[in-house]
Amino acid sequence: MSILVDQDTRLVVQGVTGREGTFHTLQCIRYGTQVVAGVTPGKGGTVHEEIPVFNSMERACRETGGNASVIFVPPAVAADAIMEAVDAGVNLVVCITEGIPTLDMIRVRQFMAGKKSRLIGPNCPGIISPGKCKIGIMPGAIHREGTVGVISRSGTLTYEAVQQLSSRGIGQSTCIGIGGDPIIGTSFVDALRLFKDDPGTEAIVLIGEIGGTAEEAAAHYVHSHLSKPVVGFIAGQTAPPGRRMGHAGAIISGGQGTAEEKIRLMEECGLHVARSPADIGETTARVLPGQSS
Amino acid sequence: MKIHEYQAKEILRDHGVPVPRGKVADTGEKAREIAGELGGLVVIKAQIHAGGRGKGGGVRLARSPEEAQEVAESILGMQLVTHQTGPEGQTVKRVLVEEGLKIQREYYLGIAIDRDAGKVVFMASREGGVEIERVAAENPELILKEALEPGLGLTPFQARKLAFGLDLPAKLAPAAVRFMLSLYRAFEATDASLAEINPLLLTEDGDLYALDAKINFDDNALYRHPGIRALRDTDEEDPLEVEAGKHGLNYIKLDGNVGCMVNGAGLAMATMDIIKLAGGSPANFLDVGGGATAEQVRNAFGIILTDPNVKAVLINIFGGIMRCDIVARGVVDAARSMQLEVPIVVRLEGTNLEQGREILKASGLSLTVASGMQDAAEKVVRLASRSTT
Repeated sequence: MSILVDQDTRLVVQGVTGREGTFHTLQCIRYGTQVVAGVTPGKGGTVHEEIPVFNSMERACRETGGNASVIFVPPAVAADAIMEAVDAGVNLVVCITEGIPTLDMIRVRQFMAGKKSRLIGPNCPGIISPGKCKIGIMPGAIHREGTVGVISRSGTLTYEAVQQLSSRGIGQSTCIGIGGDPIIGTSFVDALRLFKDDPGTEAIVLIGEIGGTAEEAAAHYVHSHLSKPVVGFIAGQTAPPGRRMGHAGAIISGGQGTAEEKIRLMEECGLHVARSPADIGETTARVLPGQSS
Repeated sequence: MKIHEYQAKEILRDHGVPVPRGKVADTGEKAREIAGELGGLVVIKAQIHAGGRGKGGGVRLARSPEEAQEVAESILGMQLVTHQTGPEGQTVKRVLVEEGLKIQREYYLGIAIDRDAGKVVFMASREGGVEIERVAAENPELILKEALEPGLGLTPFQARKLAFGLDLPAKLAPAAVRFMLSLYRAFEATDASLAEINPLLLTEDGDLYALDAKINFDDNALYRHPGIRALRDTDEEDPLEVEAGKHGLNYIKLDGNVGCMVNGAGLAMATMDIIKLAGGSPANFLDVGGGATAEQVRNAFGIILTDPNVKAVLINIFGGIMRCDIVARGVVDAARSMQLEVPIVVRLEGTNLEQGREILKASGLSLTVASGMQDAAEKVVRLASRSTT
């Protein structure tokens, strides 16, 4: 089993004719994702890499039955692309684009309130249900079908964790990169809730970073709602305070959001914390039902 | 992006926020002229990005134009040390010369992004002039907050709630409301990520002024604000970090001896962590971004090795879709062209891994190939400590 995306997902690619869009769309198709349409305003009616291209999301979804979208458009127009997808009524919008202005995302959040679409990202690697559907830029080959849900704020660090799992024979139900920006569509808690209700997920790996309070909220949620084992890791234990480390999220200031505080709270809330990034796979193997280590 | 106080005040003035009369000077002579124009008591304020300038001797009064020149000359060129600059301090290149105002009371106003709520929040407090973080920790009830609806921004009724909540004299409320609405307009119009007026001054004459002003901007939105981008002062930033930024590298210097070159911010932080756990100390954070091309790797080496403390370098690249043989060739080409003297440990992951390792081994360079993060960290820490002794 899996959450949010599977073999029935019908994907529309926004920005399909761009360089990034083309490359990653082909990777997704090769993995087995059903890509039913692309959208590039002004190129409607053409066919790009055997994919029908439309001028608008509304038209693309109506004519092809698209129910999810992925966004590869530049940051200046990405917020509008998200709202266009939501307006077209897709269930899921995955925004890969990095560098969207914060005030634009605040308006997007407001626009989405009360509507049925879920947003993943922006500034994220995307989502994959191994063996079924890949929407994003993650390398498909490192994944393997299984019962561990993965939620992470970063990209390559998620790949690292997934590889540690797969190389131990531990497969994943779904892996979600929620993104490193200040305003994102799906939080740790949102993703935890989905995994909680998924009978195909037996354990969860949560990879956080310094800065903000999202990991704290996740820890409290795990404590009060989850009986499945949750493995945690926090990147940035050695980061100096007050500095922004690449992600807008990864900044610690005024004693808030330090790695130590997050790790302590996670442990208090019953998460199994891997102190070293090299121990994420092993820690998961230890807590996974039916695994012996 | 950060800017200086005098720049922030110019932006505020343009949006109708009352600020004290004043101008910026880069010489004592100029400071004297400005003080003469202003007349009476003036305040000379060092312009550096770091806070805590007053305690470090960067804010002083002058009673005459001649004294203004004298004071300005003593501040200009000084290495101002505050709790935010680090022990080496920051060179003062400009001073703001402002009219002196008589203080009746000091308040605090701030606008920030509440990530969890996904909204802009307007804050106000009677406890102005002190560190607001301390107020927030000790007396959070003294900070009034209004969450703003996107599209509406600060509404007049919210501004009134805050103004009356501050216990301002009733007849001042309209002025306070105008002040707050103007401040919010400045915030929104410039895509700011933070705006703070600390203190908001109530003078003995019953007027409100932004006595100090701090505005930070959303880097992602600078593309639509060329005028604000032009206010960037790279003298206030670490020269190596500025250089790295030109190449699209995200670099932060630290004080250890193991240089790090990693793709992705999260993995880069995790790499620093595992170096520490292996008993070493990272010399830097460096995210080479998605495409670790030969040119990017060469640029990254150039930045990392400018730091004389670096005794060994760990390259940790999780290629993902990127092929390892291409990354390996990039590392070898860069290492060859630069005649590197420090030992290099390379950990690659991704497709064509074996070919990548072969290229590294066959290069004849002193590259140590590692498998996995643990192995890589142990190897690089050992090499770094060996070359230190």
